[in-house]
Amino acid sequence: MLIRRPDPIAGGEITDERVYQNRRRFLETMGLATLGLAAPGSLWAGGPPRALQSDELTPLEDVLSYNNFYEFGTGKDDPAKNAHTLRTRPWTVDVEGEVHEPRTFGIEDLWQRFTPEERVYRLRCVEAWSMVIPWLGLPLRDLLSAVRPTSHARYVEFTTLLDPEQMPGQRRGILPWPYVEALRLDEAMHPLTILALGLYGKALPNQNGAPVRLVVPWKYGFKSIKSIVRIRLVREQPTTTWNAAAPREYGLYANVNPMVDHPRWTQARERRIGELRKRPTLMFNGYADQVASLYAGMDLRRNY
Amino acid sequence: MTPGAFVRRVARPLVWVGAAVPGTWLLLDALTGGLGANPVETVTHRTGLTALTLLALSLSVRPTRDLLRFGALMPLRRTLGLAAYTYAVVHVLTYGVDQTYLSGLGVSPAAIVEDVRERPYVTMGFLAFVLLTPLAVTSTSGWVKRLGATRWRWLHRLVYLAAPLAVVHFLWLVKADLLLPGWFALAVAVLLGYRAVVRRRRTPTASSRLIL
Ligand code: HEM
Repeated sequence: MLIRRPDPIAGGEITDERVYQNRRRFLETMGLATLGLAAPGSLWAGGPPRALQSDELTPLEDVLSYNNFYEFGTGKDDPAKNAHTLRTRPWTVDVEGEVHEPRTFGIEDLWQRFTPEERVYRLRCVEAWSMVIPWLGLPLRDLLSAVRPTSHARYVEFTTLLDPEQMPGQRRGILPWPYVEALRLDEAMHPLTILALGLYGKALPNQNGAPVRLVVPWKYGFKSIKSIVRIRLVREQPTTTWNAAAPREYGLYANVNPMVDHPRWTQARERRIGELRKRPTLMFNGYADQVASLYAGMDLRRNY
Repeated sequence: MTPGAFVRRVARPLVWVGAAVPGTWLLLDALTGGLGANPVETVTHRTGLTALTLLALSLSVRPTRDLLRFGALMPLRRTLGLAAYTYAVVHVLTYGVDQTYLSGLGVSPAAIVEDVRERPYVTMGFLAFVLLTPLAVTSTSGWVKRLGATRWRWLHRLVYLAAPLAVVHFLWLVKADLLLPGWFALAVAVLLGYRAVVRRRRTPTASSRLIL
Protein backbone atom coordinates (compact mmCIF):
# COMPACT_ATOMS: atom_id res chain seq x y z
CA MET A 1 0.00 0.00 0.00
CA LEU A 2 2.72 2.42 0.93
CA ILE A 3 4.26 3.11 -2.38
CA ARG A 4 7.77 2.61 -1.20
CA ARG A 5 9.03 1.96 2.27
CA PRO A 6 10.38 5.08 3.87
CA ASP A 7 13.59 3.34 4.90
CA PRO A 8 16.73 4.92 3.52
CA ILE A 9 17.14 3.93 -0.08
CA ALA A 10 20.60 3.49 -1.47
CA GLY A 11 21.62 6.12 -3.97
CA GLY A 12 21.93 3.54 -6.71
CA GLU A 13 18.29 2.67 -6.42
CA ILE A 14 17.16 6.09 -7.50
CA THR A 15 15.54 5.64 -10.84
CA ASP A 16 17.68 7.24 -13.47
CA GLU A 17 16.24 9.66 -15.92
CA ARG A 18 16.20 7.36 -18.90
CA VAL A 19 13.88 5.03 -17.08
CA TYR A 20 11.61 7.96 -16.26
CA GLN A 21 11.64 9.08 -19.85
CA ASN A 22 10.82 5.63 -21.12
CA ARG A 23 8.09 5.26 -18.61
CA ARG A 24 6.68 8.55 -19.71
CA ARG A 25 6.77 7.64 -23.38
CA PHE A 26 5.05 4.40 -22.49
CA LEU A 27 2.38 6.30 -20.62
CA GLU A 28 1.89 8.68 -23.52
CA THR A 29 1.52 5.84 -25.97
CA MET A 30 -0.86 4.10 -23.63
CA GLY A 31 -2.78 7.31 -23.14
CA LEU A 32 -3.28 7.75 -26.87
CA ALA A 33 -4.21 4.14 -27.30
CA THR A 34 -6.71 4.46 -24.48
CA LEU A 35 -8.25 7.54 -26.00
CA GLY A 36 -8.52 6.03 -29.43
CA LEU A 37 -9.52 2.47 -28.70
CA ALA A 38 -10.16 1.47 -25.17
CA ALA A 39 -12.01 4.50 -23.93
CA PRO A 40 -15.35 4.14 -25.69
CA GLY A 41 -15.59 0.54 -24.59
CA SER A 42 -14.20 0.63 -21.09
CA LEU A 43 -15.60 4.03 -20.25
CA TRP A 44 -19.17 2.96 -20.70
CA ALA A 45 -18.84 -0.65 -19.65
CA GLY A 46 -19.44 0.17 -16.00
CA GLY A 47 -17.85 -1.66 -13.12
CA PRO A 48 -14.98 -0.44 -10.99
CA PRO A 49 -12.10 1.42 -12.59
CA ARG A 50 -9.57 -1.00 -13.94
CA ALA A 51 -6.55 0.03 -11.94
CA LEU A 52 -8.37 1.17 -8.84
CA GLN A 53 -5.52 1.30 -6.40
CA SER A 54 -2.46 1.18 -8.58
CA ASP A 55 -0.01 3.94 -7.84
CA GLU A 56 1.80 4.68 -11.07
CA LEU A 57 4.11 7.66 -11.04
CA THR A 58 2.37 10.75 -12.36
CA PRO A 59 4.03 11.75 -15.64
CA LEU A 60 6.68 14.42 -15.12
CA GLU A 61 4.92 16.63 -17.64
CA ASP A 62 1.83 16.80 -15.41
CA VAL A 63 3.88 17.32 -12.26
CA LEU A 64 5.47 20.31 -13.99
CA SER A 65 2.38 21.85 -15.55
CA TYR A 66 -0.41 21.45 -12.98
CA ASN A 67 0.45 23.32 -9.81
CA ASN A 68 -1.12 25.35 -7.04
CA PHE A 69 1.49 27.97 -6.16
CA TYR A 70 -0.40 31.25 -5.79
CA GLU A 71 2.83 33.25 -5.49
CA PHE A 72 3.00 32.79 -9.27
CA GLY A 73 -0.71 33.08 -10.11
CA THR A 74 -3.90 31.26 -9.26
CA GLY A 75 -4.32 29.29 -12.49
CA LYS A 76 -3.01 25.74 -12.50
CA ASP A 77 -0.75 26.57 -15.43
CA ASP A 78 0.44 29.92 -14.05
CA PRO A 79 3.36 28.62 -11.97
CA ALA A 80 4.87 26.85 -14.97
CA LYS A 81 4.61 30.09 -16.94
CA ASN A 82 5.71 32.55 -14.27
CA ALA A 83 8.05 30.82 -11.83
CA HIS A 84 11.14 31.43 -13.95
CA THR A 85 11.56 34.75 -12.09
CA LEU A 86 12.39 32.92 -8.85
CA ARG A 87 16.12 32.98 -8.04
CA THR A 88 17.01 29.87 -6.10
CA ARG A 89 20.75 30.54 -5.71
CA PRO A 90 21.99 31.80 -3.35
CA TRP A 91 19.33 30.57 -0.93
CA THR A 92 19.37 30.15 2.81
CA VAL A 93 16.99 28.65 5.34
CA ASP A 94 17.05 30.09 8.86
CA VAL A 95 16.27 27.53 11.53
CA GLU A 96 15.53 29.39 14.75
CA GLY A 97 13.26 29.84 17.74
CA GLU A 98 13.10 27.23 20.50
CA VAL A 99 16.36 25.51 19.56
CA HIS A 100 19.70 25.26 21.27
CA GLU A 101 21.72 25.85 18.12
CA PRO A 102 19.94 28.19 15.72
CA ARG A 103 21.55 28.01 12.30
CA THR A 104 21.29 29.28 8.79
CA PHE A 105 21.65 26.55 6.21
CA GLY A 106 22.71 27.36 2.70
CA ILE A 107 20.87 25.28 0.13
CA GLU A 108 24.17 23.57 -0.77
CA ASP A 109 24.60 22.62 2.92
CA LEU A 110 21.28 20.84 2.80
CA TRP A 111 22.29 18.83 -0.25
CA GLN A 112 25.69 17.92 1.18
CA ARG A 113 25.06 17.50 4.87
CA PHE A 114 21.90 15.44 4.57
CA THR A 115 22.20 13.11 1.61
CA PRO A 116 18.74 13.35 0.00
CA GLU A 117 17.01 10.05 -0.60
CA GLU A 118 14.16 9.16 -2.92
CA ARG A 119 10.63 8.96 -1.51
CA VAL A 120 7.70 8.10 -3.74
CA TYR A 121 4.61 9.61 -2.14
CA ARG A 122 1.02 10.22 -3.03
CA LEU A 123 0.15 13.92 -2.99
CA ARG A 124 -3.52 14.66 -2.32
CA CYS A 125 -4.76 18.18 -2.96
CA VAL A 126 -7.71 19.55 -0.98
CA GLU A 127 -9.35 20.13 -4.40
CA ALA A 128 -9.81 16.36 -4.74
CA TRP A 129 -7.06 15.55 -7.21
CA SER A 130 -3.89 13.62 -6.53
CA MET A 131 -0.51 12.67 -7.97
CA VAL A 132 2.27 10.22 -7.23
CA ILE A 133 5.64 11.94 -7.13
CA PRO A 134 9.17 10.63 -6.62
CA TRP A 135 10.66 13.24 -4.32
CA LEU A 136 14.27 13.66 -3.41
CA GLY A 137 14.45 14.78 0.17
CA LEU A 138 15.75 14.56 3.70
CA PRO A 139 13.77 13.63 6.77
CA LEU A 140 12.84 16.89 8.46
CA ARG A 141 13.76 15.36 11.77
CA ASP A 142 17.39 15.07 10.70
CA LEU A 143 17.50 18.81 10.23
CA LEU A 144 15.61 19.53 13.44
CA SER A 145 17.84 17.21 15.43
CA ALA A 146 20.85 19.10 14.14
CA VAL A 147 19.61 22.32 15.80
CA ARG A 148 18.45 20.57 18.97
CA PRO A 149 14.91 21.74 19.86
CA THR A 150 14.44 22.94 23.44
CA SER A 151 11.91 21.30 25.71
CA HIS A 152 9.57 24.25 25.06
CA ALA A 153 9.26 23.62 21.33
CA ARG A 154 5.74 22.39 20.50
CA TYR A 155 5.11 23.55 16.93
CA VAL A 156 7.22 24.10 13.86
CA GLU A 157 6.39 27.10 11.69
CA PHE A 158 7.52 27.38 8.07
CA THR A 159 7.65 30.55 5.98
CA THR A 160 7.90 31.01 2.22
CA LEU A 161 10.07 33.68 0.62
CA LEU A 162 8.45 37.13 0.55
CA ASP A 163 9.57 39.03 -2.54
CA PRO A 164 6.96 40.42 -4.94
CA GLU A 165 9.74 41.10 -7.44
CA GLN A 166 10.43 37.41 -7.78
CA MET A 167 6.93 36.23 -6.90
CA PRO A 168 4.50 38.34 -8.92
CA GLY A 169 1.45 36.74 -7.29
CA GLN A 170 2.42 38.49 -4.04
CA ARG A 171 1.68 41.86 -5.64
CA ARG A 172 -2.00 41.09 -5.13
CA GLY A 173 -3.33 40.51 -1.66
CA ILE A 174 -5.37 37.40 -2.43
CA LEU A 175 -3.74 35.78 0.60
CA PRO A 176 -1.84 37.40 3.46
CA TRP A 177 1.78 37.04 2.33
CA PRO A 178 4.17 35.49 3.07
CA TYR A 179 2.69 32.01 3.08
CA VAL A 180 3.04 30.34 6.48
CA GLU A 181 2.42 26.73 7.43
CA ALA A 182 2.92 24.77 10.63
CA LEU A 183 3.08 21.28 12.06
CA ARG A 184 2.96 19.95 15.56
CA LEU A 185 6.47 18.98 16.61
CA ASP A 186 5.63 15.27 16.63
CA GLU A 187 4.28 15.55 13.09
CA ALA A 188 7.41 17.37 12.01
CA MET A 189 9.57 14.67 13.60
CA HIS A 190 7.66 11.85 11.94
CA PRO A 191 9.87 9.82 9.61
CA LEU A 192 7.50 10.33 6.66
CA THR A 193 7.86 14.12 6.84
CA ILE A 194 10.56 15.35 4.50
CA LEU A 195 12.11 18.50 3.19
CA ALA A 196 12.21 17.91 -0.55
CA LEU A 197 15.07 19.32 -2.59
CA GLY A 198 14.21 17.55 -5.82
CA LEU A 199 11.82 15.37 -7.77
CA TYR A 200 12.27 12.81 -10.52
CA GLY A 201 15.95 12.61 -9.64
CA LYS A 202 16.73 16.30 -10.17
CA ALA A 203 16.70 19.57 -8.22
CA LEU A 204 13.18 20.92 -7.71
CA PRO A 205 11.77 22.88 -10.63
CA ASN A 206 10.74 26.40 -9.61
CA GLN A 207 7.02 25.76 -10.02
CA ASN A 208 7.21 22.83 -7.59
CA GLY A 209 8.63 24.93 -4.76
CA ALA A 210 12.34 25.25 -5.45
CA PRO A 211 14.79 25.09 -3.91
CA VAL A 212 13.37 23.48 -0.78
CA ARG A 213 9.83 22.59 0.25
CA LEU A 214 8.00 20.53 2.80
CA VAL A 215 6.27 17.26 1.90
CA VAL A 216 3.83 15.77 4.42
CA PRO A 217 2.17 12.97 2.47
CA TRP A 218 -0.77 12.28 4.79
CA LYS A 219 -1.98 15.89 4.75
CA TYR A 220 -3.63 17.96 2.02
CA GLY A 221 -1.16 19.54 -0.34
CA PHE A 222 -1.47 23.08 0.96
CA LYS A 223 0.37 21.99 4.13
CA SER A 224 3.42 21.15 2.03
CA ILE A 225 4.72 24.70 1.88
CA LYS A 226 7.08 25.68 -0.93
CA SER A 227 10.23 27.77 -1.33
CA ILE A 228 10.97 27.85 2.41
CA VAL A 229 13.25 30.54 3.88
CA ARG A 230 12.54 30.13 7.59
CA ILE A 231 11.78 27.30 9.97
CA ARG A 232 10.94 28.41 13.47
CA LEU A 233 10.25 26.23 16.48
CA VAL A 234 7.68 27.81 18.75
CA ARG A 235 5.64 27.24 21.88
CA GLU A 236 2.22 28.39 20.68
CA GLN A 237 0.22 27.24 17.68
CA PRO A 238 1.20 29.53 14.80
CA THR A 239 -1.31 31.28 12.54
CA THR A 240 -1.20 29.57 9.18
CA THR A 241 -2.18 31.15 5.88
CA TRP A 242 -5.20 29.20 4.65
CA ASN A 243 -6.49 28.69 8.15
CA ALA A 244 -6.46 32.47 8.64
CA ALA A 245 -8.05 33.08 5.23
CA ALA A 246 -10.93 30.61 5.67
CA PRO A 247 -10.95 28.95 9.11
CA ARG A 248 -14.05 26.90 8.42
CA GLU A 249 -12.51 25.37 5.32
CA TYR A 250 -8.89 24.79 6.25
CA GLY A 251 -7.81 23.62 9.68
CA LEU A 252 -4.35 23.37 11.18
CA TYR A 253 -4.29 19.60 10.80
CA ALA A 254 -5.65 19.18 7.27
CA ASN A 255 -5.16 15.44 7.43
CA VAL A 256 -6.51 13.66 4.36
CA ASN A 257 -9.83 12.27 5.54
CA PRO A 258 -12.49 10.87 3.21
CA MET A 259 -15.11 11.17 5.95
CA VAL A 260 -14.79 14.90 6.53
CA ASP A 261 -15.89 16.99 3.56
CA HIS A 262 -14.62 20.39 2.62
CA PRO A 263 -17.67 22.68 2.50
CA ARG A 264 -17.26 23.11 -1.23
CA TRP A 265 -16.38 19.62 -2.36
CA THR A 266 -16.50 16.07 -1.14
CA GLN A 267 -13.29 14.48 0.05
CA ALA A 268 -14.57 10.93 -0.32
CA ARG A 269 -13.08 10.58 -3.78
CA GLU A 270 -10.25 11.99 -5.77
CA ARG A 271 -9.10 12.15 -9.33
CA ARG A 272 -5.62 10.79 -9.84
CA ILE A 273 -4.06 13.03 -12.44
CA GLY A 274 -3.88 11.02 -15.66
CA GLU A 275 -7.04 9.05 -14.90
CA LEU A 276 -10.56 9.88 -15.93
CA ARG A 277 -12.44 8.03 -13.26
CA LYS A 278 -12.20 9.01 -9.64
CA ARG A 279 -11.00 6.64 -6.96
CA PRO A 280 -11.88 6.44 -3.28
CA THR A 281 -9.71 8.58 -1.05
CA LEU A 282 -7.85 6.68 1.64
CA MET A 283 -7.71 7.67 5.29
CA PHE A 284 -4.54 9.68 5.91
CA ASN A 285 -3.95 9.35 2.16
CA GLY A 286 -3.10 5.68 2.65
CA TYR A 287 -0.52 6.29 5.38
CA ALA A 288 -2.81 5.45 8.31
CA ASP A 289 -0.60 2.59 9.49
CA GLN A 290 2.27 4.99 9.92
CA VAL A 291 0.54 8.11 11.25
CA ALA A 292 -2.85 7.30 12.80
CA SER A 293 -1.25 6.95 16.23
CA LEU A 294 -0.30 10.64 16.15
CA TYR A 295 -3.99 11.47 16.46
CA ALA A 296 -5.16 8.77 18.85
CA GLY A 297 -8.17 9.95 20.85
CA MET A 298 -8.65 13.13 18.81
CA ASP A 299 -11.97 14.06 17.21
CA LEU A 300 -10.86 14.34 13.60
CA ARG A 301 -14.16 15.91 12.61
CA ARG A 302 -13.48 18.85 14.86
CA ASN A 303 -9.71 18.90 14.34
CA TYR A 304 -9.91 19.04 10.54
CA MET B 1 -29.30 46.24 -47.32
CA THR B 2 -31.78 47.24 -44.65
CA PRO B 3 -30.53 47.16 -41.07
CA GLY B 4 -32.78 44.18 -40.41
CA ALA B 5 -31.37 42.28 -43.35
CA PHE B 6 -27.84 43.19 -42.31
CA VAL B 7 -28.37 41.73 -38.87
CA ARG B 8 -30.04 38.62 -40.23
CA ARG B 9 -27.64 37.91 -43.05
CA VAL B 10 -24.33 39.20 -41.70
CA ALA B 11 -24.28 39.98 -38.00
CA ARG B 12 -26.15 36.92 -36.80
CA PRO B 13 -24.09 34.36 -38.73
CA LEU B 14 -20.97 36.13 -37.48
CA VAL B 15 -22.18 35.88 -33.89
CA TRP B 16 -22.87 32.17 -34.36
CA VAL B 17 -19.41 31.61 -35.77
CA GLY B 18 -17.84 33.64 -32.97
CA ALA B 19 -19.80 31.75 -30.33
CA ALA B 20 -18.70 28.45 -31.85
CA VAL B 21 -15.00 29.32 -31.57
CA PRO B 22 -14.50 28.37 -27.89
CA GLY B 23 -16.35 25.10 -28.46
CA THR B 24 -14.40 24.23 -31.57
CA TRP B 25 -11.19 25.05 -29.78
CA LEU B 26 -12.22 22.85 -26.86
CA LEU B 27 -13.05 20.00 -29.23
CA LEU B 28 -9.73 20.32 -31.03
CA ASP B 29 -7.90 20.32 -27.70
CA ALA B 30 -9.83 17.24 -26.66
CA LEU B 31 -8.93 15.40 -29.85
CA THR B 32 -5.24 16.32 -29.66
CA GLY B 33 -4.77 15.65 -25.95
CA GLY B 34 -4.52 19.37 -25.26
CA LEU B 35 -6.84 19.54 -22.26
CA GLY B 36 -3.97 19.39 -19.78
CA ALA B 37 -3.44 17.30 -16.69
CA ASN B 38 -7.09 17.40 -15.59
CA PRO B 39 -9.30 17.29 -18.70
CA VAL B 40 -12.63 17.09 -16.87
CA GLU B 41 -11.79 20.21 -14.91
CA THR B 42 -10.65 21.98 -18.07
CA VAL B 43 -13.93 21.21 -19.85
CA THR B 44 -15.98 22.28 -16.82
CA HIS B 45 -14.12 25.55 -16.45
CA ARG B 46 -14.00 26.49 -20.09
CA THR B 47 -17.66 25.73 -20.81
CA GLY B 48 -18.77 27.54 -17.63
CA LEU B 49 -16.71 30.57 -18.47
CA THR B 50 -17.95 30.66 -22.06
CA ALA B 51 -21.58 30.24 -20.98
CA LEU B 52 -21.34 33.15 -18.57
CA THR B 53 -19.51 35.34 -21.07
CA LEU B 54 -22.15 34.76 -23.73
CA LEU B 55 -24.90 35.34 -21.19
CA ALA B 56 -23.39 38.69 -20.24
CA LEU B 57 -23.03 39.57 -23.92
CA SER B 58 -26.67 38.78 -24.52
CA LEU B 59 -27.57 41.18 -21.70
CA SER B 60 -25.47 43.86 -23.34
CA VAL B 61 -27.40 43.81 -26.63
CA ARG B 62 -30.11 46.13 -25.43
CA PRO B 63 -27.76 48.81 -24.02
CA THR B 64 -25.71 48.56 -27.20
CA ARG B 65 -28.84 49.07 -29.29
CA ASP B 66 -29.75 52.13 -27.25
CA LEU B 67 -26.24 53.49 -27.46
CA LEU B 68 -26.00 53.03 -31.21
CA ARG B 69 -29.68 53.71 -31.83
CA PHE B 70 -29.68 50.52 -33.87
CA GLY B 71 -32.94 48.76 -33.16
CA ALA B 72 -32.33 45.92 -35.58
CA LEU B 73 -29.68 44.46 -33.24
CA MET B 74 -32.26 42.94 -30.92
CA PRO B 75 -32.38 39.44 -32.53
CA LEU B 76 -28.75 38.99 -31.51
CA ARG B 77 -29.90 38.75 -27.94
CA ARG B 78 -31.60 35.48 -28.68
CA THR B 79 -28.63 34.19 -30.66
CA LEU B 80 -26.25 34.91 -27.79
CA GLY B 81 -28.64 33.55 -25.21
CA LEU B 82 -29.06 30.27 -27.06
CA ALA B 83 -25.32 29.95 -27.53
CA ALA B 84 -24.83 30.57 -23.80
CA TYR B 85 -27.37 27.89 -23.01
CA THR B 86 -25.65 25.41 -25.31
CA TYR B 87 -22.40 25.82 -23.38
CA ALA B 88 -24.28 25.63 -20.09
CA VAL B 89 -25.74 22.29 -21.21
CA VAL B 90 -22.28 20.88 -21.95
CA HIS B 91 -21.07 22.34 -18.64
CA VAL B 92 -23.86 20.71 -16.66
CA LEU B 93 -23.57 17.40 -18.52
CA THR B 94 -19.84 17.30 -17.79
CA TYR B 95 -20.59 17.87 -14.15
CA GLY B 96 -23.31 15.22 -14.21
CA VAL B 97 -21.07 12.57 -15.73
CA ASP B 98 -18.23 13.50 -13.38
CA GLN B 99 -20.47 13.30 -10.37
CA THR B 100 -22.03 9.95 -11.23
CA TYR B 101 -20.37 7.69 -13.75
CA LEU B 102 -16.82 8.94 -13.30
CA SER B 103 -17.26 8.77 -9.54
CA GLY B 104 -18.10 5.09 -9.82
CA LEU B 105 -21.72 5.68 -8.86
CA GLY B 106 -23.46 4.68 -12.08
CA VAL B 107 -26.66 6.50 -12.93
CA SER B 108 -27.35 8.04 -9.59
CA PRO B 109 -29.58 11.09 -9.38
CA ALA B 110 -29.22 10.92 -5.59
CA ALA B 111 -25.55 11.88 -5.79
CA ILE B 112 -26.45 14.97 -7.79
CA VAL B 113 -29.41 15.94 -5.64
CA GLU B 114 -27.23 15.69 -2.54
CA ASP B 115 -24.49 17.79 -4.11
CA VAL B 116 -26.96 20.44 -5.28
CA ARG B 117 -28.41 20.66 -1.78
CA GLU B 118 -25.18 20.62 0.17
CA ARG B 119 -22.87 22.86 -1.83
CA PRO B 120 -24.11 26.41 -2.07
CA TYR B 121 -22.15 27.20 -5.21
CA VAL B 122 -23.67 24.20 -6.97
CA THR B 123 -27.14 25.26 -5.77
CA MET B 124 -26.63 28.64 -7.40
CA GLY B 125 -25.42 27.15 -10.69
CA PHE B 126 -28.32 24.74 -10.65
CA LEU B 127 -30.86 27.53 -10.10
CA ALA B 128 -29.31 29.58 -12.89
CA PHE B 129 -29.54 26.60 -15.21
CA VAL B 130 -33.13 25.80 -14.23
CA LEU B 131 -34.17 29.40 -14.89
CA LEU B 132 -32.44 29.48 -18.27
CA THR B 133 -34.05 26.28 -19.49
CA PRO B 134 -37.60 27.60 -20.22
CA LEU B 135 -36.03 30.59 -21.94
CA ALA B 136 -34.10 28.35 -24.28
CA VAL B 137 -37.16 26.20 -24.93
CA THR B 138 -39.43 29.16 -25.69
CA SER B 139 -36.90 31.05 -27.77
CA THR B 140 -38.62 30.37 -31.10
CA SER B 141 -41.09 32.76 -32.70
CA GLY B 142 -43.68 29.98 -32.50
CA TRP B 143 -43.48 30.23 -28.73
CA VAL B 144 -43.75 34.00 -28.80
CA LYS B 145 -47.06 33.58 -30.64
CA ARG B 146 -48.23 30.80 -28.41
CA LEU B 147 -47.55 32.69 -25.19
CA GLY B 148 -48.41 36.11 -26.47
CA ALA B 149 -45.79 38.83 -26.56
CA THR B 150 -46.51 40.17 -23.10
CA ARG B 151 -46.30 36.88 -21.31
CA TRP B 152 -43.30 35.85 -23.35
CA ARG B 153 -41.46 39.06 -22.44
CA TRP B 154 -42.37 38.58 -18.80
CA LEU B 155 -41.02 35.03 -18.85
CA HIS B 156 -37.79 36.10 -20.49
CA ARG B 157 -37.10 38.58 -17.75
CA LEU B 158 -35.99 35.51 -15.80
CA VAL B 159 -32.62 36.10 -17.40
CA TYR B 160 -32.17 39.04 -15.05
CA LEU B 161 -32.33 36.53 -12.22
CA ALA B 162 -30.35 33.77 -13.89
CA ALA B 163 -27.35 35.94 -14.73
CA PRO B 164 -26.66 37.15 -11.18
CA LEU B 165 -27.18 33.60 -9.88
CA ALA B 166 -24.55 32.36 -12.32
CA VAL B 167 -22.20 35.10 -11.09
CA VAL B 168 -22.79 34.11 -7.47
CA HIS B 169 -22.09 30.50 -8.51
CA PHE B 170 -18.73 31.66 -9.86
CA LEU B 171 -17.94 33.89 -6.85
CA TRP B 172 -18.61 31.06 -4.42
CA LEU B 173 -16.55 28.44 -6.15
CA VAL B 174 -13.21 30.23 -6.30
CA LYS B 175 -10.86 29.69 -3.40
CA ALA B 176 -9.18 33.04 -3.02
CA ASP B 177 -8.79 34.96 -6.26
CA LEU B 178 -12.01 36.89 -6.80
CA LEU B 179 -10.65 38.96 -9.69
CA LEU B 180 -12.28 37.19 -12.63
CA PRO B 181 -15.67 36.51 -11.02
CA GLY B 182 -15.44 40.08 -9.73
CA TRP B 183 -15.26 41.42 -13.29
CA PHE B 184 -18.31 39.38 -14.22
CA ALA B 185 -20.12 40.64 -11.14
CA LEU B 186 -19.34 44.21 -12.12
CA ALA B 187 -20.41 43.68 -15.74
CA VAL B 188 -23.69 42.02 -14.80
CA ALA B 189 -24.38 44.64 -12.13
CA VAL B 190 -23.88 47.45 -14.65
CA LEU B 191 -26.10 45.73 -17.22
CA LEU B 192 -28.87 45.07 -14.71
CA GLY B 193 -28.51 48.58 -13.30
CA TYR B 194 -28.90 50.02 -16.77
CA ARG B 195 -31.98 47.95 -17.29
CA ALA B 196 -33.51 49.10 -14.01
CA VAL B 197 -32.82 52.76 -14.75
CA VAL B 198 -34.24 52.50 -18.26
CA ARG B 199 -37.40 50.94 -16.97
CA ARG B 200 -37.89 53.60 -14.36
CA ARG B 201 -37.24 56.52 -16.63
CA ARG B 202 -38.90 55.18 -19.72
CA THR B 203 -40.66 57.91 -21.66
CA PRO B 204 -42.31 57.85 -25.05
CA THR B 205 -39.44 59.56 -26.84
CA ALA B 206 -36.41 57.67 -27.98
CA SER B 207 -34.17 60.66 -27.39
CA SER B 208 -34.58 60.60 -23.62
CA ARG B 209 -33.35 57.03 -23.67
CA LEU B 210 -30.25 58.16 -25.45
CA ILE B 211 -29.25 60.40 -22.56
CA LEU B 212 -28.87 57.36 -20.37
C1 HEM C 1 -26.68 22.56 -12.56
C2 HEM C 1 -26.00 23.60 -12.84
C3 HEM C 1 -24.51 23.78 -12.66
C4 HEM C 1 -23.60 23.01 -12.01
C5 HEM C 1 -23.83 21.72 -11.25
C6 HEM C 1 -22.31 23.63 -12.17
C7 HEM C 1 -21.12 23.12 -11.66
C8 HEM C 1 -19.89 23.71 -11.77
C9 HEM C 1 -18.67 23.16 -11.28
C10 HEM C 1 -18.52 21.82 -10.56
C11 HEM C 1 -17.68 24.04 -11.55
C12 HEM C 1 -16.20 23.88 -11.24
C13 HEM C 1 -15.94 24.22 -9.82
C14 HEM C 1 -14.50 24.00 -9.39
O1 HEM C 1 -13.65 23.74 -10.22
O2 HEM C 1 -14.24 24.10 -8.20
C15 HEM C 1 -18.29 25.16 -12.22
C16 HEM C 1 -17.62 26.28 -12.64
C17 HEM C 1 -18.22 27.33 -13.31
N1 HEM C 1 -19.53 27.41 -13.73
FE1 HEM C 1 -20.99 26.11 -13.32
N2 HEM C 1 -22.45 24.78 -12.89
C18 HEM C 1 -23.78 24.91 -13.21
C19 HEM C 1 -24.37 25.92 -13.96
C20 HEM C 1 -23.68 26.98 -14.47
C21 HEM C 1 -24.28 28.02 -15.30
C22 HEM C 1 -25.74 28.06 -15.73
C23 HEM C 1 -23.27 28.91 -15.59
C24 HEM C 1 -23.28 30.16 -16.42
C25 HEM C 1 -24.21 30.57 -17.17
C26 HEM C 1 -22.06 28.43 -14.94
C27 HEM C 1 -20.85 29.08 -14.97
C28 HEM C 1 -19.70 28.61 -14.37
C29 HEM C 1 -18.46 29.35 -14.36
C30 HEM C 1 -18.21 30.73 -14.96
C31 HEM C 1 -17.52 28.53 -13.69
C32 HEM C 1 -16.09 28.86 -13.37
C33 HEM C 1 -15.18 28.57 -14.50
C34 HEM C 1 -13.74 28.86 -14.11
O3 HEM C 1 -13.38 28.67 -12.94
O4 HEM C 1 -13.00 29.25 -14.99
N3 HEM C 1 -22.35 27.26 -14.28
N4 HEM C 1 -19.65 24.93 -12.34
